[in-house]
Amino acid sequence: MTSYHQITLKVNGETEVVNVPANMTMMVMLREELGLTGVKNGCAAGECGACTVLMNGEPVNSCMVLAAECDGAEVITIEGLSHNGQLIKLQEMLIAKGGVQCGFCTPGMLISAFALLKRNPDPSENEIREALIGNLCRCTGYVRIIDAVKASVEK
Amino acid sequence: MLNPHPGLPEFTYVKPASLDEACGFLVDHAGEVRLISGGTDLLVRMRDKAFKPAYVVDIKGLEGTDVLAFDPKSGLRIGAAVPMNRVVAHPDVQKHYPLLAKAAKSVASYQLRNRATIVGNICNASPAGDTLGACLVLGGRLNIYGKDGERFEDLVTFFKGPGKTSLQPGEIVISISFPLPEKGAKGTYLKLGRNKLSDLAIVGVTVYGFPDKMIESGFRIKVALTSVAATPLMPPVVETVLSEKEITEDTIQKAANASMDACFPIDDVRGSARYRKEMVRNLTRNAITEVWGQLQSGTKNRLEANR
Repeated sequence: MTSYHQITLKVNGETEVVNVPANMTMMVMLREELGLTGVKNGCAAGECGACTVLMNGEPVNSCMVLAAECDGAEVITIEGLSHNGQLIKLQEMLIAKGGVQCGFCTPGMLISAFALLKRNPDPSENEIREALIGNLCRCTGYVRIIDAVKASVEK
Repeated sequence: MLNPHPGLPEFTYVKPASLDEACGFLVDHAGEVRLISGGTDLLVRMRDKAFKPAYVVDIKGLEGTDVLAFDPKSGLRIGAAVPMNRVVAHPDVQKHYPLLAKAAKSVASYQLRNRATIVGNICNASPAGDTLGACLVLGGRLNIYGKDGERFEDLVTFFKGPGKTSLQPGEIVISISFPLPEKGAKGTYLKLGRNKLSDLAIVGVTVYGFPDKMIESGFRIKVALTSVAATPLMPPVVETVLSEKEITEDTIQKAANASMDACFPIDDVRGSARYRKEMVRNLTRNAITEVWGQLQSGTKNRLEANR
């Protein structure tokens, strides 16, 4: 029997109250209860990183978290990265360097890169590669994405 | 296939407020419960219908599960709900237990390690668990809570088979503790995956050594093998080969061969048994050579410092 849980969380700065079944993942809650479809459903097994969001400031695979576990959490999705339509430098560079093709990996990739720059504002190429291991891209071959992250921290 | 990602099967999520409550629930619903900490393995198994628990009990928030503390007298304690990234980033772990940090860092990706825990890796008891070798050679000891109170168990006796441990119904692992590392200790974890980073291990070899005057060779060297048998292995014969006489290229090769003979891997999607055996030999040789080199330069530095 599935239990239901009323949870309160902050998503992209807004307080949300949702009633979720125990077997709903955070990814499904964000997409289907809150309409944040920038969170992508890729492998649903913690491998591809397309559903990556920030939970309490740290990137997690939202497919690997139960919605019921999110009570009291602060979540940032790709929708919360830019403010009033103003892209952050990382997003601008990803476009400028050709790091977006089909776009499916892009939200997760940006969240992972954003989290990297928050904990390490001047990463080496190796550190960028390590931080993005959990984000798979089948279009760009990664080089342009890595270039974009590098370009976003250049002065 | 209309829905390539079927959702999770139905279950009831329970978040107990105390260890006693959690324990009582586990006893009352024996066989119907799975514990969740990071959930990185559990949710995949549930989605694939390998596990169909009626209840999922969240252990995060229970007493002692959030502890990550180093004491210069007694060593390190890691709670069951501490994600691997916290362990990797802890300055005392980096300073005193670099082997553990290295092993934890080899698990999957950064975002997965924000959820995955070391105690979860242990309780999951996959023979391929990346942190198991380091936890074994570092002398890990589990703090287990059950209906009769707390008990302690050395990790060496904990694994009983793939997914099987010595945990009794109603028992919860609260934390794992490590004694202070031996003086001058060096270690490494070599992992063979299908790609260079982030994959599950086809073969994992952990080597940990330290100077010991009571031993003929002058060094005690422990070797743990993962992904090559139903449980992680620490073959005593390998340790014996490395302790009986002076360590040379020849003894290292003998130890590597002994490792190969001591394991009994299976064929699976990641590699054949025969391939695994040969890789155990090669990785063991490489790992011991690496650690041996570090131990020798460590000894030399100490001699020079004492001069």
